[in-house]
Amino acid sequence: MEFTSGMEMVIQFSYIVAAGLFIYGLKLLGSAGSARRGNMLSASGMLLAMVVALLDQGIVEYQWILLGFVVGGIIGGTAARMVQMTSMPEMVALFNGFGGMASLLVGWAALATATETFTLVTIVLSILIGGLTFTGSLIAYGKLSEKIGSGAVMFKGQQVVNSLIVLGIVASAVMFCIEPGNAQWLYLVIGLSLLFGVMAVIPIGGADMPVVISLLNSYSGLAACAAGFAVNNNILIVAGSLVGASGIILTQIMCKAMNRSLSNVLFSGFGSVSSDTTEVEGEIKPISAEDAYYVLEAASNVAIIPGYGMAVAQAQHVVKELCELLERNGAEVNFGIHPVAGRMPGHMNVLLAEADVPYDQLLEMDDINPRMENVDVAIVIGANDVVNPAAREVESSPIYGMPVINVDHARTVFVLKRSMASGFAGIENPLFYKENTRMLFGDAKESISGLVREFSS
Amino acid sequence: MEIVFLTFILMLSIFLGFELITKVPATLHTPLMSGANAISGITVVGAISLAGTGQQDLANWLGAAAVALATINVVGGYMVTDRMLAMFKKKGSGQ
Repeated sequence: MEFTSGMEMVIQFSYIVAAGLFIYGLKLLGSAGSARRGNMLSASGMLLAMVVALLDQGIVEYQWILLGFVVGGIIGGTAARMVQMTSMPEMVALFNGFGGMASLLVGWAALATATETFTLVTIVLSILIGGLTFTGSLIAYGKLSEKIGSGAVMFKGQQVVNSLIVLGIVASAVMFCIEPGNAQWLYLVIGLSLLFGVMAVIPIGGADMPVVISLLNSYSGLAACAAGFAVNNNILIVAGSLVGASGIILTQIMCKAMNRSLSNVLFSGFGSVSSDTTEVEGEIKPISAEDAYYVLEAASNVAIIPGYGMAVAQAQHVVKELCELLERNGAEVNFGIHPVAGRMPGHMNVLLAEADVPYDQLLEMDDINPRMENVDVAIVIGANDVVNPAAREVESSPIYGMPVINVDHARTVFVLKRSMASGFAGIENPLFYKENTRMLFGDAKESISGLVREFSS
Repeated sequence: MEIVFLTFILMLSIFLGFELITKVPATLHTPLMSGANAISGITVVGAISLAGTGQQDLANWLGAAAVALATINVVGGYMVTDRMLAMFKKKGSGQ
């Protein structure tokens, strides 16, 4: 690589420093104690990269750049301040989409100066990945925020339609690279990628969204990577591939935690039909808040297993209150967090951190399961499938083989639940019928407040 | 040569990314994702030069729009990640 000027050299070396800061920032994210410092370092790397990008000699006027900074800064800053922690999945989904769209636009704009075939190929890639990330993320956002139905949308011939779209994308992408002067191929690629993003996400149900947003997170990075090739900029490639790798790893973790392959999540339309017909033997045993209090009062080891229902009921703060009362009563309290509890990876941890639960009390599934035998009371709050013993015991169950938190191994299990309706896929949960299970019906927040009142009186 | 050079960088950073991210604990996966949102806003660097050509043509407008979108990610992503990470406390600290 040769530098055309001294300034160019300053710019390129600053990009190397920025890349180093991103990498070191991610390394510090490896422990909760240093993570905040890591994020600061990463942010300062970004600031450096943006400042030196302004030194580029091709820039003759700054007003549009500044306008972009101001508009984007206000929107981003406001969103970051206002967003509720329960709504983090929606925000991440939306930001994935913006990242994708930005890469699409950069690829498109780079077309004006592109001549080589290789550059054209990378432009097509950044438009394609960026476009499908954008619309896919908007659909994911719609499903998560329940602005559109969160169920899986399936129709006859869906596979055929999708295959035709993919063929259309490939054909128009090839034609675009052959005839870059002909704008209709470009518009066709853009239109079809946007359509494909919609088609790819509508058949995926709301409960599979942790996988989808992890995957789209990865795509937004890969789109930035492709845009980096298109405009010949290595900092885009480094940063984009870090994000791409991150999303892919999270996707793998989520799939493994559901014991399903990625293709099963993406194409099977899980949750669109209820397929489970297993009859469960046994009897439901409800319990009152008062009786539950007596059991808890005598307990010396309590495990709390939260699920998406805790987020919906906004119960995390009363959970913390209950947790403090139990500790004051001499009990050891831990939280067991399943990897797919909630609507995005790590969602429960953030909600509990917001309620001031220290992070060393949040145990991963593999850490809490061996301790479950010694737990006097396991309290399941708004979780269902992630504690379903059918995953271990019933071979015909759709979730057979999925790793679950073995709450049924605890001496007593309290399940907080609105009603007897089953989980997202209509899967029966034998846990509710077990000998040591007691059901505490009602809104999770109300029920826990009830327990807190019993303790205080 | 430029192509080889860029592809080389791509390969190395993907491997590095895998190594780094597998070490992030599950507790921090949400801040990791919002932080990744912020980093993917790096597209702003590519968009800046496109938005400043002074040509008043399509490429210029596309560049400016990309600057705005990517800045949302950068500013919003880093701020919300910081907000979240500030909440994570060890037992017995800061109360």
